[in-house]
Amino acid sequence: MMSPAGSRFERLLNLPWIWAYLAAITVWLATIFYTTGQGSAQILSAALSFATFSVIVGIGQMYVITLGPGNVDLSIPATMTFAGAVSMKIIDSNNAMILPGLAIAIGCGAAVGIFNYGLIRALRIPPIIATLSSSFLVQSAAIAYGRGIKIKPPPMLADFTTWRIADIPVLALCVMALAAVMSLVLHRTVFGRSVTAIGQNPRAAELAGVPVNFIRFATYVQSAVLAALCGFLLSGFSGGASLNMGAEYLLASIAVVVIGGTLVAGGFSNVSGLWGAAMFMFLLVTMLNTFGLSAGFRLILTGLIIVCVITLAGGRRRI
Amino acid sequence: MPDLLNPRLLRNLLPAFSLTVLLLLIFYLQPRAMSYFGLNLLLNLALPIAFATLAQMCVMAVNDLDLGIGAFVGFVACVGATFLRDTPALGVLILAGCIIAYAALGFLIHVRNLPSIVVTLGMSFVWLGLALLVLPTPGGKAPDWIRSVMTWKTPLFPFTIYASVVVALVVHVVLMRSSYGTVLRGAGGNPVSVERAGWSLLKAKMTMYAMAGLFGIFSGVSLIGLTTSADANIALRYTLLSIAGAILGGSEFVGGRISPIGAVIGATTLTLAGSFLSFLRISPDWQIGAQGGILILVLALRVLINRSEKR
Amino acid sequence: MSVPGQSETIIELTGIRKGFGAVQALGGMDLVVRQGEVLGIVGHNGAGKSTLMHVLAGTLVPDAGELHISGKSKLAEYGIRAAHMNGFRTVFQELSLCPNLTVTENARIMHPEISGLNWRKQARALILDKLDQIFPGHGISGNDLIGDLAIAKRQMVEISRAFTQSSQAPKLVVLDEPTSSLDSVVSDQLLTYVRQFVKVGGSCILISHLLNEILNTCDRIVVMQDGRAVDERPTSEFNRDTLVESMGSVARDSQDADDEKAVRRSDEAKPLVSVAPNKTPAELALQVYRGEIVGLAGLSGHGQTDTLVDIFLGSARSKSADAGPMALVAGDRQVDGIFPLWSIAKNVTISSLKEFVRLGLIDPSAEQKLGETWREKIGIQTQDMNNNIYSLSGGNQQKALFARALGSKATLILMDDPMRGVDIGTKQEVYELLRSEAAKGRTFIWYTTEMNELEHCDHVYVFRDGDIVADLARQDMSEQQVLHASFE
Repeated sequence: MMSPAGSRFERLLNLPWIWAYLAAITVWLATIFYTTGQGSAQILSAALSFATFSVIVGIGQMYVITLGPGNVDLSIPATMTFAGAVSMKIIDSNNAMILPGLAIAIGCGAAVGIFNYGLIRALRIPPIIATLSSSFLVQSAAIAYGRGIKIKPPPMLADFTTWRIADIPVLALCVMALAAVMSLVLHRTVFGRSVTAIGQNPRAAELAGVPVNFIRFATYVQSAVLAALCGFLLSGFSGGASLNMGAEYLLASIAVVVIGGTLVAGGFSNVSGLWGAAMFMFLLVTMLNTFGLSAGFRLILTGLIIVCVITLAGGRRRI
Repeated sequence: MPDLLNPRLLRNLLPAFSLTVLLLLIFYLQPRAMSYFGLNLLLNLALPIAFATLAQMCVMAVNDLDLGIGAFVGFVACVGATFLRDTPALGVLILAGCIIAYAALGFLIHVRNLPSIVVTLGMSFVWLGLALLVLPTPGGKAPDWIRSVMTWKTPLFPFTIYASVVVALVVHVVLMRSSYGTVLRGAGGNPVSVERAGWSLLKAKMTMYAMAGLFGIFSGVSLIGLTTSADANIALRYTLLSIAGAILGGSEFVGGRISPIGAVIGATTLTLAGSFLSFLRISPDWQIGAQGGILILVLALRVLINRSEKR
Repeated sequence: MSVPGQSETIIELTGIRKGFGAVQALGGMDLVVRQGEVLGIVGHNGAGKSTLMHVLAGTLVPDAGELHISGKSKLAEYGIRAAHMNGFRTVFQELSLCPNLTVTENARIMHPEISGLNWRKQARALILDKLDQIFPGHGISGNDLIGDLAIAKRQMVEISRAFTQSSQAPKLVVLDEPTSSLDSVVSDQLLTYVRQFVKVGGSCILISHLLNEILNTCDRIVVMQDGRAVDERPTSEFNRDTLVESMGSVARDSQDADDEKAVRRSDEAKPLVSVAPNKTPAELALQVYRGEIVGLAGLSGHGQTDTLVDIFLGSARSKSADAGPMALVAGDRQVDGIFPLWSIAKNVTISSLKEFVRLGLIDPSAEQKLGETWREKIGIQTQDMNNNIYSLSGGNQQKALFARALGSKATLILMDDPMRGVDIGTKQEVYELLRSEAAKGRTFIWYTTEMNELEHCDHVYVFRDGDIVADLARQDMSEQQVLHASFE
């Protein structure tokens, strides 16, 4: 931030999250150019719907990654599946049980988060290994509990998660509000400030009086709770909890964080980029679909883009 | 001094100890497993997992982690079931290209100082996509020679056991006994001092990644020898299994502490854990849970041993 | 003992300068090392010993000066490789062995020329023979993992490795505090070997805070101060007292002994802090009373920082001490203090955030106000407190860290040698501020490596090997006393 205030345009390009939005818009324009404008609104609407879920887990993952090198939550997919399976089974398609079900889903998430951090502290192992081992257990619990039977979500939840006003998904609006709140938490609360401080220099944070262990604990619990919330909502959206519903969200949660302009080295992040990145990821797939490319090409391009983004962003480290 | 409570000895014996306990339990619960046929069934998939674990271990040796190894093994399996059978020369060329690609990953990660997790996670999509291009639907057929090697009826013990022992020993000699292997491990242990002594850290990292690619290829090829046909998603589980196997086998996440023999033992233990549960009549749902449980248990034991060491 | 003038010069440094920012670590250092001698180097903190070592090892390139090896000017091509090729070995204080490898394997890492099928045998013989030779009865096996060895044994391996000969014979071995983790028997073994080594034509540089070691082992002693050699004589012309004397120079300009404070100390009922670090006897325990500035002295790395961190984290955990809120001013800014991605303002306010919270959110204007207040109060030179912290010079960064501690509610301020690399103007401003804050009732514990800063302290505790070895009140504190206590 040492650069003198340049032109407005230059300052815009210096915003960390701008690239995700530019990429999303470019891809969207390419798509509607190809379809000569047909269905441009539907594409956006669908993208909003699907991006919603990546953003929810992305927020949790972003806070974790902001804690600095070595911090990442690999248990997100398992937590989603677990919370989805447990809550759907307890709700049992009964509208009256939605709120207790939500509470239980969030409780599941909190339990996983506490367990994760317990492993990190007690076994003194890197978070990657801790969240990985616990994800094994959680995934298993989800499989055993759910028995692979897909229970229909309660109608009200299904209606809510797919509700659109003037083609705009309401759930997306809710998650935008959540993102705004989490952005405020990141920039304007002692908790958010502490997370970024730890990510830049954990020792300095401790010596400046930041309760490092508590903040790390809260961050991991928060990530698991958001994953659980995502699992709950996704179950409503996609007609029940399935056993592999979380699978694609491991990469998605990390990718939206990286593409959204958060520093992988920790200590610097922003919430708004998550939306741009999540939209970009979905619109990219849509574009490649529209071009008639096979699933293989879509995956390869997605992967290469992530590698390219991280390679370019790697040089942006200011330290 | 062969002190029985020597922490280093305990640490090295822990993987073998876990494996023995598990085997004894299995034999106790199901005495019929103690036969050629029974062992063959129990250890059927141990070899590909062992190779994947060795690949992961190579990356861990230089303080990185490969979250794309499972997808990579799947890609190799798809190439194996198609090109390697139909046009062997092209197949071999593709696989050689894979090793170069892995070395290039090592280059990129070292030179740009990138987090290996994100890069390899991105690469997992690339490998999966490539696999789908090669083999859009499950199918293909393994070359006959691979099939006949993998189903070789060896005397006394199943082929898997011989192969595991040989592989473990060969990799042990290369990484633990050879003079350059020492430098490779040193690069994970104290990079600054290794560089001060005049060695190239870049070369060490690229070598380790290339070796990871090589073992990934062995894993994929041996896998289709057992399954005969391939599928892009065939080995996605291997990413997590390989990390767990390497840790179980005594490798550490940072600091260049690795153990090839332990890695093979760890992979075998994980393979057996699944069988063990089915003997206990615990539903297969808990299989990966048990693998996670064993991993946590072993890590906890290691903490205890390290703590006793401090005293 | 060898006679100077008759033996060949191995390496000669003239007018070597090396600066780090505002600090001139070496300011025209001259040094000659001759064949067959043990050269002792002594000096107090900041004399430039470790910078000199790094120049000799080739890990630091000097800014100016000349370097001659066997009479030829070599500065241009001098580096790690060149040092190695010339047989110059250095044993640094921080261990440079790979903890995940065995003793044998570590020997191999240092000697790339060992190869072939029986490399292990060669490397083991190389290192174990040397260990046997230097430290008979060492009890180390070639298969021991470095990580499993006790610190003393690691040090023995490290030292032995420096003396091993493969294609290059060691000609000059530099030992930096080699005996710091060795017991007396093993230390004697090492020093005996050093004498043997120079008898057969090698050379050694020995840096140690144990003056007896220096006096008994070295042929010649160079005393360093402020990045220069200030004294250089054959050992026979030094004794312990003259050595200590030549290390200190800063004449105290005023002896304004403040008797008032000394009296006040005995009046007060209970100390704010009372700690006996490591094996310090109870009567020498560090005691701090309200409103005092207490200094921690001694050579750097002898337990002062650890004691400060223990006091700080101890209170953060238990809050049992009635010391009240405390803050720490880091000396090693990059490692312990700075948040590199943040603005100056955010770096200043991190320890005070709780005071700005309204309805759960940090009030930016209150935060900004604290930043502005301290910008003026301590004189941080910047246009805008929202600029990145690295837009400041080192001294101003340090001021920001002072502002962080002084701007917080802390009543006890711990300072970990905070004036490292700070220009003289900044220092004067900060001293002024500390005195006025102390007068307002704040308490300071101040670890400093600079002798003249101790004059601002009401009480000084001298550390050696992790223990407090002297407790000096302001009126009877002198540089000589601090030096005598610092060196054994």
